[in-house]
Amino acid sequence: MKQTWVKPFLTAHRMGGMNKFGAVRAQNHQSDIDGVEIAPLLEKYGSPLFIVSEKTLRDNVRRLRRAFATRWPKVRHGWSYKTNYLAAICNVLHQEGSWAEVVSEFEYRKARANGVPGSRIIFNGPWKPNDILELAAQEGATIHLDHLDELYALEQVACKLGKQVPVGIRLNFDTGYTDSWSRFGFNLESGAAKDAVQRIAASPWLKLTGLHSHIGTFVLDVRAYSAQIRIMTDFMEQVERDTGCVIEYLDIGGGFASRNALQGMYLPPDQIVPSFEQYAEAICGTLMEATKGRAAAGKPLPTLILETGRAVVDDAEILVTTVVGGKRLPDGRRAAILDAGINLLFTAFWYNHEVKPLRPLNGIAEETVLYGPLCMNIDVVRASIMLPPLNVGESLVIRPVGAYNNTQWMQFIQRRPAVVMVTQNGEVSVIRASEQLEDVSGLEQVPLALQQPFPQGIPA
Amino acid sequence: MNGQAVEFPKQALLTRLALSDSGFVFDPVTGNSFTVNTSGLSILRLLQKTEDWTDIIATLQAEFEVSYSVAERDVLEFATALRSAFK
Repeated sequence: MKQTWVKPFLTAHRMGGMNKFGAVRAQNHQSDIDGVEIAPLLEKYGSPLFIVSEKTLRDNVRRLRRAFATRWPKVRHGWSYKTNYLAAICNVLHQEGSWAEVVSEFEYRKARANGVPGSRIIFNGPWKPNDILELAAQEGATIHLDHLDELYALEQVACKLGKQVPVGIRLNFDTGYTDSWSRFGFNLESGAAKDAVQRIAASPWLKLTGLHSHIGTFVLDVRAYSAQIRIMTDFMEQVERDTGCVIEYLDIGGGFASRNALQGMYLPPDQIVPSFEQYAEAICGTLMEATKGRAAAGKPLPTLILETGRAVVDDAEILVTTVVGGKRLPDGRRAAILDAGINLLFTAFWYNHEVKPLRPLNGIAEETVLYGPLCMNIDVVRASIMLPPLNVGESLVIRPVGAYNNTQWMQFIQRRPAVVMVTQNGEVSVIRASEQLEDVSGLEQVPLALQQPFPQGIPA
Repeated sequence: MNGQAVEFPKQALLTRLALSDSGFVFDPVTGNSFTVNTSGLSILRLLQKTEDWTDIIATLQAEFEVSYSVAERDVLEFATALRSAFK
Protein backbone atom coordinates (compact mmCIF):
# COMPACT_ATOMS: atom_id res chain seq x y z
CA MET A 1 0.00 0.00 0.00
CA LYS A 2 1.30 3.41 -0.93
CA GLN A 3 2.14 5.95 1.74
CA THR A 4 0.34 9.28 2.12
CA TRP A 5 2.25 12.11 0.50
CA VAL A 6 3.24 15.01 2.71
CA LYS A 7 5.29 17.84 1.27
CA PRO A 8 8.98 17.00 1.78
CA PHE A 9 10.77 19.13 4.28
CA LEU A 10 14.11 19.30 5.96
CA THR A 11 14.76 21.27 9.09
CA ALA A 12 18.14 22.01 10.62
CA HIS A 13 18.74 21.30 14.30
CA ARG A 14 19.75 24.46 16.13
CA MET A 15 21.22 24.56 19.60
CA GLY A 16 20.52 27.18 22.24
CA GLY A 17 17.13 28.17 20.94
CA MET A 18 15.10 26.91 23.85
CA ASN A 19 12.63 29.16 25.57
CA LYS A 20 12.62 28.67 29.32
CA PHE A 21 8.94 29.62 29.41
CA GLY A 22 8.21 26.79 27.00
CA ALA A 23 5.61 28.93 25.25
CA VAL A 24 5.08 26.62 22.31
CA ARG A 25 1.55 27.12 21.10
CA ALA A 26 -0.61 24.09 20.67
CA GLN A 27 -0.90 23.43 16.95
CA ASN A 28 -4.47 22.30 17.20
CA HIS A 29 -7.08 23.14 14.65
CA GLN A 30 -10.42 24.93 14.56
CA SER A 31 -13.12 23.42 12.40
CA ASP A 32 -16.21 25.13 13.81
CA ILE A 33 -17.45 28.31 15.40
CA ASP A 34 -20.10 27.90 18.09
CA GLY A 35 -20.78 24.40 16.78
CA VAL A 36 -21.25 25.50 13.15
CA GLU A 37 -18.82 23.81 10.74
CA ILE A 38 -16.66 26.34 8.91
CA ALA A 39 -15.83 24.34 5.75
CA PRO A 40 -19.42 24.41 4.35
CA LEU A 41 -19.55 28.15 5.02
CA LEU A 42 -16.44 28.61 2.88
CA GLU A 43 -18.05 26.62 0.09
CA LYS A 44 -21.21 28.70 0.26
CA TYR A 45 -19.80 32.18 0.78
CA GLY A 46 -16.30 31.80 -0.64
CA SER A 47 -12.86 32.39 0.76
CA PRO A 48 -11.72 34.53 2.45
CA LEU A 49 -14.60 34.90 4.87
CA PHE A 50 -15.11 36.84 8.08
CA ILE A 51 -17.26 35.02 10.65
CA VAL A 52 -18.72 36.74 13.72
CA SER A 53 -19.91 34.88 16.79
CA GLU A 54 -22.99 36.61 18.20
CA LYS A 55 -22.69 34.53 21.36
CA THR A 56 -19.11 35.62 22.09
CA LEU A 57 -20.02 39.24 21.39
CA ARG A 58 -22.92 39.16 23.85
CA ASP A 59 -20.92 37.19 26.43
CA ASN A 60 -18.11 39.74 26.27
CA VAL A 61 -20.26 42.83 26.72
CA ARG A 62 -22.23 41.16 29.50
CA ARG A 63 -19.01 40.25 31.31
CA LEU A 64 -17.80 43.83 30.92
CA ARG A 65 -21.04 45.24 32.28
CA ARG A 66 -21.14 42.76 35.17
CA ALA A 67 -17.53 43.44 36.14
CA PHE A 68 -18.24 47.16 36.48
CA ALA A 69 -21.88 47.19 37.59
CA THR A 70 -21.05 45.00 40.58
CA ARG A 71 -18.43 47.56 41.65
CA TRP A 72 -20.00 50.93 40.80
CA PRO A 73 -23.68 51.90 40.93
CA LYS A 74 -23.93 53.89 37.69
CA VAL A 75 -22.20 52.42 34.65
CA ARG A 76 -22.79 53.08 30.95
CA HIS A 77 -21.10 51.43 27.98
CA GLY A 78 -20.72 53.35 24.75
CA TRP A 79 -20.04 51.07 21.79
CA SER A 80 -17.03 52.44 19.96
CA TYR A 81 -18.27 52.54 16.37
CA LYS A 82 -14.82 52.93 14.83
CA THR A 83 -13.80 49.56 16.26
CA ASN A 84 -16.41 47.77 14.18
CA TYR A 85 -19.43 49.56 12.76
CA LEU A 86 -21.07 46.73 10.87
CA ALA A 87 -24.73 47.40 11.64
CA ALA A 88 -25.47 43.88 12.90
CA ILE A 89 -22.61 44.05 15.37
CA CYS A 90 -23.64 47.51 16.57
CA ASN A 91 -27.22 46.38 17.04
CA VAL A 92 -26.25 43.30 19.05
CA LEU A 93 -24.50 45.67 21.43
CA HIS A 94 -27.33 48.23 21.41
CA GLN A 95 -29.71 45.38 22.21
CA GLU A 96 -27.48 44.66 25.20
CA GLY A 97 -27.93 48.26 26.34
CA SER A 98 -24.79 49.89 24.97
CA TRP A 99 -24.99 53.45 23.69
CA ALA A 100 -23.24 54.48 20.46
CA GLU A 101 -19.86 56.20 20.77
CA VAL A 102 -19.12 57.96 17.50
CA VAL A 103 -16.29 60.16 16.28
CA SER A 104 -17.50 61.67 13.01
CA GLU A 105 -20.48 62.90 11.06
CA PHE A 106 -20.47 59.59 9.16
CA GLU A 107 -20.55 57.53 12.34
CA TYR A 108 -23.23 59.76 13.90
CA ARG A 109 -25.48 59.23 10.91
CA LYS A 110 -24.67 55.52 10.89
CA ALA A 111 -25.74 55.21 14.51
CA ARG A 112 -28.96 57.10 13.76
CA ALA A 113 -29.56 54.85 10.74
CA ASN A 114 -29.09 51.84 13.03
CA GLY A 115 -31.99 53.18 15.06
CA VAL A 116 -30.05 54.71 17.95
CA PRO A 117 -31.72 57.93 19.21
CA GLY A 118 -29.46 60.95 19.46
CA SER A 119 -29.95 60.95 23.22
CA ARG A 120 -28.04 57.64 23.39
CA ILE A 121 -25.07 58.81 21.32
CA ILE A 122 -21.74 59.92 22.75
CA PHE A 123 -20.16 62.25 20.22
CA ASN A 124 -16.35 62.40 20.36
CA GLY A 125 -13.71 63.24 17.79
CA PRO A 126 -11.71 66.26 16.66
CA TRP A 127 -13.98 67.25 13.77
CA LYS A 128 -17.70 67.68 14.14
CA PRO A 129 -18.98 69.75 11.21
CA ASN A 130 -21.51 72.43 12.08
CA ASP A 131 -24.58 70.75 10.61
CA ILE A 132 -24.01 67.55 12.56
CA LEU A 133 -23.08 69.47 15.70
CA GLU A 134 -26.43 71.25 15.43
CA LEU A 135 -28.28 67.97 14.91
CA ALA A 136 -26.48 66.38 17.86
CA ALA A 137 -27.31 69.34 20.09
CA GLN A 138 -30.94 69.25 18.96
CA GLU A 139 -31.21 65.53 19.58
CA GLY A 140 -29.61 65.65 23.01
CA ALA A 141 -26.44 63.72 22.21
CA THR A 142 -23.60 63.69 24.75
CA ILE A 143 -21.11 66.03 23.08
CA HIS A 144 -17.46 66.07 24.09
CA LEU A 145 -15.57 69.18 23.03
CA ASP A 146 -12.12 68.59 21.60
CA HIS A 147 -10.80 72.12 21.14
CA LEU A 148 -11.65 75.80 21.58
CA ASP A 149 -12.92 76.30 18.04
CA GLU A 150 -15.45 73.56 18.65
CA LEU A 151 -16.44 75.21 21.93
CA TYR A 152 -17.21 78.45 20.10
CA ALA A 153 -18.98 76.60 17.28
CA LEU A 154 -21.23 74.75 19.73
CA GLU A 155 -21.97 77.94 21.60
CA GLN A 156 -23.20 79.50 18.34
CA VAL A 157 -25.28 76.41 17.59
CA ALA A 158 -26.85 76.55 21.08
CA CYS A 159 -27.57 80.25 20.64
CA LYS A 160 -29.21 79.56 17.28
CA LEU A 161 -31.30 76.77 18.80
CA GLY A 162 -32.16 79.03 21.72
CA LYS A 163 -31.36 76.44 24.35
CA GLN A 164 -28.59 75.68 26.81
CA VAL A 165 -26.61 72.63 25.68
CA PRO A 166 -25.04 70.27 28.23
CA VAL A 167 -21.48 69.51 27.26
CA GLY A 168 -18.44 67.50 28.31
CA ILE A 169 -14.82 68.29 27.60
CA ARG A 170 -12.12 65.93 26.59
CA LEU A 171 -9.01 66.11 28.75
CA ASN A 172 -5.50 64.95 28.14
CA PHE A 173 -2.85 64.55 30.84
CA ASP A 174 0.11 62.47 31.87
CA THR A 175 -0.79 59.40 33.93
CA GLY A 176 2.83 58.35 34.22
CA TYR A 177 1.99 55.01 32.62
CA THR A 178 1.06 55.70 29.01
CA ASP A 179 2.06 58.28 26.43
CA SER A 180 -0.18 61.29 26.77
CA TRP A 181 -2.46 61.60 23.74
CA SER A 182 -2.07 65.35 23.79
CA ARG A 183 -3.48 65.92 20.32
CA PHE A 184 -7.00 65.26 21.57
CA GLY A 185 -8.85 67.48 24.00
CA PHE A 186 -7.65 70.13 26.44
CA ASN A 187 -4.41 69.66 28.32
CA LEU A 188 -4.62 69.60 32.08
CA GLU A 189 -1.04 70.40 33.05
CA SER A 190 -0.82 73.51 30.85
CA GLY A 191 -4.04 74.97 32.25
CA ALA A 192 -5.86 74.76 28.89
CA ALA A 193 -8.53 72.50 30.39
CA LYS A 194 -9.18 74.91 33.24
CA ASP A 195 -9.45 77.84 30.81
CA ALA A 196 -11.99 75.89 28.73
CA VAL A 197 -14.02 75.12 31.86
CA GLN A 198 -14.04 78.81 32.83
CA ARG A 199 -15.11 79.79 29.32
CA ILE A 200 -17.98 77.29 29.39
CA ALA A 201 -19.02 78.53 32.83
CA ALA A 202 -19.17 82.07 31.48
CA SER A 203 -21.43 81.07 28.60
CA PRO A 204 -25.21 81.23 28.99
CA TRP A 205 -25.54 78.64 26.22
CA LEU A 206 -23.27 75.87 27.49
CA LYS A 207 -23.35 73.83 30.68
CA LEU A 208 -20.49 71.58 31.74
CA THR A 209 -21.83 68.21 32.88
CA GLY A 210 -19.07 65.70 32.10
CA LEU A 211 -15.38 65.01 31.76
CA HIS A 212 -13.90 62.68 29.21
CA SER A 213 -10.44 61.28 28.60
CA HIS A 214 -8.84 58.34 26.83
CA ILE A 215 -5.40 57.40 28.03
CA GLY A 216 -4.27 55.11 25.25
CA THR A 217 -4.82 51.85 23.50
CA PHE A 218 -4.05 48.25 24.51
CA VAL A 219 -3.26 49.42 28.05
CA LEU A 220 -1.89 46.40 29.91
CA ASP A 221 -1.16 48.04 33.27
CA VAL A 222 -4.36 48.58 35.24
CA ARG A 223 -2.58 51.12 37.44
CA ALA A 224 -2.76 53.51 34.49
CA TYR A 225 -6.55 53.61 34.94
CA SER A 226 -6.23 54.20 38.69
CA ALA A 227 -4.03 57.19 37.91
CA GLN A 228 -6.53 58.39 35.28
CA ILE A 229 -9.41 58.21 37.77
CA ARG A 230 -7.44 60.06 40.44
CA ILE A 231 -6.55 62.87 38.02
CA MET A 232 -10.08 63.15 36.64
CA THR A 233 -11.78 63.16 40.06
CA ASP A 234 -9.33 65.77 41.36
CA PHE A 235 -10.18 67.93 38.35
CA MET A 236 -13.90 67.25 38.84
CA GLU A 237 -13.73 68.54 42.41
CA GLN A 238 -11.73 71.56 41.27
CA VAL A 239 -14.10 72.62 38.49
CA GLU A 240 -17.17 72.10 40.64
CA ARG A 241 -15.59 74.24 43.35
CA ASP A 242 -14.46 76.93 40.89
CA THR A 243 -17.58 77.21 38.73
CA GLY A 244 -20.43 75.72 40.73
CA CYS A 245 -21.20 73.17 38.00
CA VAL A 246 -22.13 69.57 38.79
CA ILE A 247 -20.23 66.86 36.98
CA GLU A 248 -22.71 64.09 36.21
CA TYR A 249 -20.39 61.64 34.51
CA LEU A 250 -16.78 60.66 34.02
CA ASP A 251 -16.07 59.06 30.65
CA ILE A 252 -12.79 57.15 30.81
CA GLY A 253 -12.67 56.18 27.13
CA GLY A 254 -11.44 52.77 26.06
CA GLY A 255 -8.04 51.13 25.81
CA PHE A 256 -8.66 47.75 27.44
CA ALA A 257 -6.48 45.14 25.75
CA SER A 258 -7.96 42.18 23.90
CA ARG A 259 -6.52 38.67 23.93
CA ASN A 260 -4.36 39.35 20.94
CA ALA A 261 -0.56 39.21 20.79
CA LEU A 262 1.11 42.53 20.13
CA GLN A 263 4.26 42.15 18.06
CA GLY A 264 7.22 42.31 20.41
CA MET A 265 5.18 41.17 23.39
CA TYR A 266 7.18 38.46 25.13
CA LEU A 267 4.48 36.64 27.05
CA PRO A 268 1.35 35.16 25.48
CA PRO A 269 -1.87 37.21 25.81
CA ASP A 270 -3.44 34.76 28.26
CA GLN A 271 -0.69 35.56 30.73
CA ILE A 272 -0.42 39.29 30.24
CA VAL A 273 -3.82 40.76 29.31
CA PRO A 274 -5.84 41.86 32.38
CA SER A 275 -9.40 40.57 32.73
CA PHE A 276 -12.40 42.92 32.81
CA GLU A 277 -12.57 42.23 36.53
CA GLN A 278 -8.98 43.39 37.03
CA TYR A 279 -9.64 46.60 35.10
CA ALA A 280 -12.89 47.11 37.01
CA GLU A 281 -11.24 46.55 40.38
CA ALA A 282 -8.58 49.17 39.67
CA ILE A 283 -11.02 51.71 38.22
CA CYS A 284 -13.96 51.33 40.58
CA GLY A 285 -11.76 50.89 43.66
CA THR A 286 -10.03 54.20 42.95
CA LEU A 287 -13.32 55.86 42.05
CA MET A 288 -14.90 54.72 45.32
CA GLU A 289 -11.96 56.07 47.29
CA ALA A 290 -11.87 59.39 45.40
CA THR A 291 -15.59 60.14 45.69
CA LYS A 292 -16.32 58.98 49.23
CA GLY A 293 -16.95 62.56 50.42
CA ARG A 294 -19.50 63.43 47.71
CA ALA A 295 -22.61 62.06 49.36
CA ALA A 296 -21.88 64.06 52.53
CA ALA A 297 -21.40 67.17 50.37
CA GLY A 298 -24.74 66.55 48.69
CA LYS A 299 -23.20 65.85 45.31
CA PRO A 300 -24.22 62.94 43.08
CA LEU A 301 -21.87 60.09 42.30
CA PRO A 302 -20.78 60.45 38.68
CA THR A 303 -21.90 57.91 36.13
CA LEU A 304 -18.93 55.93 34.87
CA ILE A 305 -18.86 55.73 31.07
CA LEU A 306 -16.74 53.11 29.31
CA GLU A 307 -16.00 53.19 25.60
CA THR A 308 -14.53 49.70 25.45
CA GLY A 309 -14.30 48.51 21.85
CA ARG A 310 -11.40 46.20 21.16
CA ALA A 311 -11.81 43.98 24.23
CA VAL A 312 -15.50 43.48 23.46
CA VAL A 313 -15.38 42.56 19.78
CA ASP A 314 -11.89 41.31 18.95
CA ASP A 315 -12.30 37.64 19.84
CA ALA A 316 -15.87 37.55 18.55
CA GLU A 317 -14.70 37.42 14.93
CA ILE A 318 -12.40 35.21 12.88
CA LEU A 319 -11.07 35.43 9.34
CA VAL A 320 -10.92 32.21 7.35
CA THR A 321 -8.42 32.25 4.52
CA THR A 322 -7.14 29.70 2.04
CA VAL A 323 -3.65 28.87 0.80
CA VAL A 324 -3.31 29.73 -2.90
CA GLY A 325 0.39 29.00 -3.34
CA GLY A 326 3.62 28.21 -1.60
CA LYS A 327 7.33 28.56 -2.05
CA ARG A 328 10.66 28.05 -0.40
CA LEU A 329 12.42 31.32 0.31
CA PRO A 330 16.16 31.69 -0.38
CA ASP A 331 16.87 31.71 3.36
CA GLY A 332 15.29 28.28 3.71
CA ARG A 333 12.01 29.33 5.25
CA ARG A 334 8.74 28.08 3.88
CA ALA A 335 6.26 30.66 2.62
CA ALA A 336 2.55 30.34 1.94
CA ILE A 337 0.49 32.78 -0.08
CA LEU A 338 -3.02 33.32 1.27
CA ASP A 339 -6.12 34.80 -0.33
CA ALA A 340 -6.38 37.32 2.55
CA GLY A 341 -3.75 39.92 3.30
CA ILE A 342 -3.33 43.27 4.93
CA ASN A 343 -6.10 44.63 2.72
CA LEU A 344 -8.45 42.76 5.06
CA LEU A 345 -6.23 42.42 8.10
CA PHE A 346 -4.97 45.88 8.87
CA THR A 347 -4.16 44.74 12.41
CA ALA A 348 -1.47 42.38 11.06
CA PHE A 349 0.78 45.43 11.16
CA TRP A 350 0.89 45.28 14.96
CA TYR A 351 -0.45 41.86 16.02
CA ASN A 352 0.87 38.35 15.69
CA HIS A 353 -2.54 36.82 15.14
CA GLU A 354 -3.19 33.26 16.15
CA VAL A 355 -3.40 31.02 13.08
CA LYS A 356 -4.95 27.56 13.17
CA PRO A 357 -5.58 25.14 10.34
CA LEU A 358 -9.18 24.18 9.67
CA ARG A 359 -8.33 20.50 10.05
CA PRO A 360 -5.47 18.56 11.64
CA LEU A 361 -2.48 18.65 9.30
CA ASN A 362 0.21 16.03 8.84
CA GLY A 363 3.86 16.87 9.10
CA ILE A 364 6.20 18.55 11.48
CA ALA A 365 5.76 22.26 12.00
CA GLU A 366 8.46 24.47 10.56
CA GLU A 367 9.01 28.19 10.36
CA THR A 368 6.64 29.65 7.80
CA VAL A 369 5.94 33.12 6.46
CA LEU A 370 2.31 33.87 5.63
CA TYR A 371 1.94 36.33 2.76
CA GLY A 372 -1.26 37.92 1.53
CA PRO A 373 -2.36 38.06 -2.12
CA LEU A 374 -1.39 41.67 -2.81
CA CYS A 375 1.38 42.50 -5.21
CA MET A 376 2.97 44.59 -2.46
CA ASN A 377 6.05 43.73 -0.42
CA ILE A 378 4.41 44.81 2.82
CA ASP A 379 1.61 42.28 2.53
CA VAL A 380 2.72 39.98 5.36
CA VAL A 381 0.10 38.34 7.57
CA ARG A 382 2.62 36.58 9.83
CA ALA A 383 6.36 37.12 9.47
CA SER A 384 7.16 33.90 11.29
CA ILE A 385 4.94 31.12 12.55
CA MET A 386 5.46 27.42 13.12
CA LEU A 387 3.07 25.51 10.87
CA PRO A 388 2.98 22.07 9.26
CA PRO A 389 3.38 21.92 5.46
CA LEU A 390 0.50 23.73 3.76
CA ASN A 391 -0.95 22.53 0.48
CA VAL A 392 -2.85 24.73 -1.93
CA GLY A 393 -6.50 24.73 -0.90
CA GLU A 394 -5.75 24.30 2.81
CA SER A 395 -7.77 26.76 4.90
CA LEU A 396 -6.60 28.59 7.99
CA VAL A 397 -8.43 30.42 10.74
CA ILE A 398 -6.91 33.75 11.78
CA ARG A 399 -8.01 35.19 15.10
CA PRO A 400 -8.96 37.40 16.87
CA VAL A 401 -9.84 39.90 14.14
CA GLY A 402 -13.03 41.63 15.31
CA ALA A 403 -11.48 44.97 16.22
CA TYR A 404 -10.63 47.56 13.56
CA ASN A 405 -10.37 45.21 10.57
CA ASN A 406 -13.94 45.68 9.29
CA THR A 407 -13.50 49.45 9.57
CA GLN A 408 -9.90 49.91 8.45
CA TRP A 409 -9.91 47.31 5.67
CA MET A 410 -9.16 48.53 2.19
CA GLN A 411 -10.60 47.94 -1.21
CA PHE A 412 -7.12 47.66 -2.66
CA ILE A 413 -6.23 45.27 -5.48
CA GLN A 414 -8.85 42.81 -4.21
CA ARG A 415 -12.53 43.05 -3.41
CA ARG A 416 -13.62 42.75 0.20
CA PRO A 417 -15.24 39.44 1.08
CA ALA A 418 -18.48 38.59 2.86
CA VAL A 419 -18.96 38.84 6.60
CA VAL A 420 -21.35 36.35 8.16
CA MET A 421 -22.67 36.07 11.68
CA VAL A 422 -23.32 32.80 13.48
CA THR A 423 -26.35 33.72 15.53
CA GLN A 424 -27.12 32.56 19.04
CA ASN A 425 -29.39 29.82 17.72
CA GLY A 426 -26.79 28.52 15.29
CA GLU A 427 -28.15 30.15 12.13
CA VAL A 428 -25.81 31.87 9.71
CA SER A 429 -26.67 35.34 8.39
CA VAL A 430 -24.75 37.41 5.91
CA ILE A 431 -24.16 40.76 7.61
CA ARG A 432 -22.12 42.25 4.77
CA ALA A 433 -22.21 40.82 1.28
CA SER A 434 -18.99 40.32 -0.64
CA GLU A 435 -18.11 43.31 -2.78
CA GLN A 436 -18.66 43.13 -6.51
CA LEU A 437 -16.84 45.05 -9.20
CA GLU A 438 -19.93 47.26 -9.67
CA ASP A 439 -19.86 48.25 -5.99
CA VAL A 440 -16.43 49.71 -6.50
CA SER A 441 -16.66 51.08 -10.03
CA GLY A 442 -20.28 52.20 -9.71
CA LEU A 443 -19.21 55.51 -8.19
CA GLU A 444 -16.82 56.27 -11.02
CA GLN A 445 -17.72 58.32 -14.06
CA VAL A 446 -15.78 58.29 -17.28
CA PRO A 447 -15.97 61.41 -19.50
CA LEU A 448 -17.45 60.65 -22.90
CA ALA A 449 -14.17 61.27 -24.72
CA LEU A 450 -12.46 58.66 -22.53
CA GLN A 451 -14.98 55.91 -23.05
CA GLN A 452 -14.00 52.89 -25.13
CA PRO A 453 -14.03 52.27 -28.02
CA PHE A 454 -12.11 55.50 -28.53
CA PRO A 455 -13.50 57.45 -31.51
CA GLN A 456 -10.01 58.04 -32.88
CA GLY A 457 -8.90 54.45 -32.28
CA ILE A 458 -5.82 53.22 -30.41
CA PRO A 459 -2.26 53.96 -31.57
CA ALA A 460 -0.58 50.86 -32.91
CA MET B 1 10.12 18.96 -17.14
CA ASN B 2 13.74 18.45 -17.91
CA GLY B 3 15.51 17.01 -14.90
CA GLN B 4 18.82 18.37 -16.18
CA ALA B 5 17.57 21.85 -15.33
CA VAL B 6 17.14 21.06 -11.63
CA GLU B 7 20.19 21.69 -9.56
CA PHE B 8 20.59 19.52 -6.49
CA PRO B 9 23.58 19.69 -4.13
CA LYS B 10 26.62 17.79 -5.41
CA GLN B 11 26.09 14.04 -5.24
CA ALA B 12 29.33 13.55 -3.27
CA LEU B 13 27.92 15.81 -0.61
CA LEU B 14 24.62 13.95 -0.48
CA THR B 15 26.15 10.46 -0.44
CA ARG B 16 28.18 11.26 2.67
CA LEU B 17 25.00 11.98 4.66
CA ALA B 18 24.00 9.40 7.28
CA LEU B 19 20.27 8.82 6.97
CA SER B 20 18.26 7.00 9.61
CA ASP B 21 14.82 5.48 9.05
CA SER B 22 13.42 7.79 11.71
CA GLY B 23 14.31 10.86 9.62
CA PHE B 24 17.51 11.88 11.40
CA VAL B 25 20.08 13.23 8.94
CA PHE B 26 23.71 13.73 9.93
CA ASP B 27 26.42 15.39 7.91
CA PRO B 28 29.71 13.92 9.26
CA VAL B 29 31.85 16.62 7.64
CA THR B 30 30.11 19.71 8.99
CA GLY B 31 28.60 18.09 12.07
CA ASN B 32 25.21 19.54 11.18
CA SER B 33 22.12 17.47 11.79
CA PHE B 34 18.62 17.72 10.40
CA THR B 35 15.17 16.22 10.66
CA VAL B 36 13.50 15.13 7.46
CA ASN B 37 10.02 13.72 6.92
CA THR B 38 9.22 10.48 5.07
CA SER B 39 8.89 11.99 1.62
CA GLY B 40 12.04 14.04 2.14
CA LEU B 41 13.90 10.95 3.31
CA SER B 42 12.85 9.05 0.19
CA ILE B 43 14.07 11.89 -2.00
CA LEU B 44 17.41 12.07 -0.20
CA ARG B 45 17.89 8.30 -0.56
CA LEU B 46 17.06 8.52 -4.26
CA LEU B 47 19.45 11.42 -4.73
CA GLN B 48 22.24 9.39 -3.16
CA LYS B 49 21.85 6.96 -6.05
CA THR B 50 20.64 9.01 -8.97
CA GLU B 51 20.01 12.48 -10.25
CA ASP B 52 17.72 11.25 -12.97
CA TRP B 53 14.59 13.35 -12.68
CA THR B 54 12.29 10.83 -14.34
CA ASP B 55 13.51 8.05 -12.07
CA ILE B 56 13.05 10.17 -8.96
CA ILE B 57 9.49 11.17 -9.75
CA ALA B 58 8.52 7.70 -10.93
CA THR B 59 9.92 6.09 -7.77
CA LEU B 60 8.13 8.60 -5.57
CA GLN B 61 4.87 7.89 -7.41
CA ALA B 62 5.43 4.19 -6.81
CA GLU B 63 6.01 4.74 -3.09
CA PHE B 64 3.47 7.47 -2.38
CA GLU B 65 -0.08 8.35 -3.30
CA VAL B 66 0.84 11.43 -5.29
CA SER B 67 0.19 12.81 -8.75
CA TYR B 68 3.01 13.56 -11.14
CA SER B 69 2.46 17.32 -11.01
CA VAL B 70 2.31 17.50 -7.21
CA ALA B 71 5.44 15.34 -6.84
CA GLU B 72 7.25 17.42 -9.42
CA ARG B 73 6.27 20.71 -7.80
CA ASP B 74 7.19 19.56 -4.28
CA VAL B 75 10.54 18.06 -5.33
CA LEU B 76 11.39 21.29 -7.12
CA GLU B 77 10.70 23.20 -3.93
CA PHE B 78 12.63 20.64 -1.88
CA ALA B 79 15.65 21.19 -4.11
CA THR B 80 15.69 24.81 -2.89
CA ALA B 81 15.73 23.60 0.71
CA LEU B 82 18.54 21.12 -0.04
CA ARG B 83 20.67 23.72 -1.78
CA SER B 84 20.23 25.99 1.23
CA ALA B 85 21.08 23.25 3.75
CA PHE B 86 24.00 21.56 1.93
CA LYS B 87 26.21 24.20 0.36
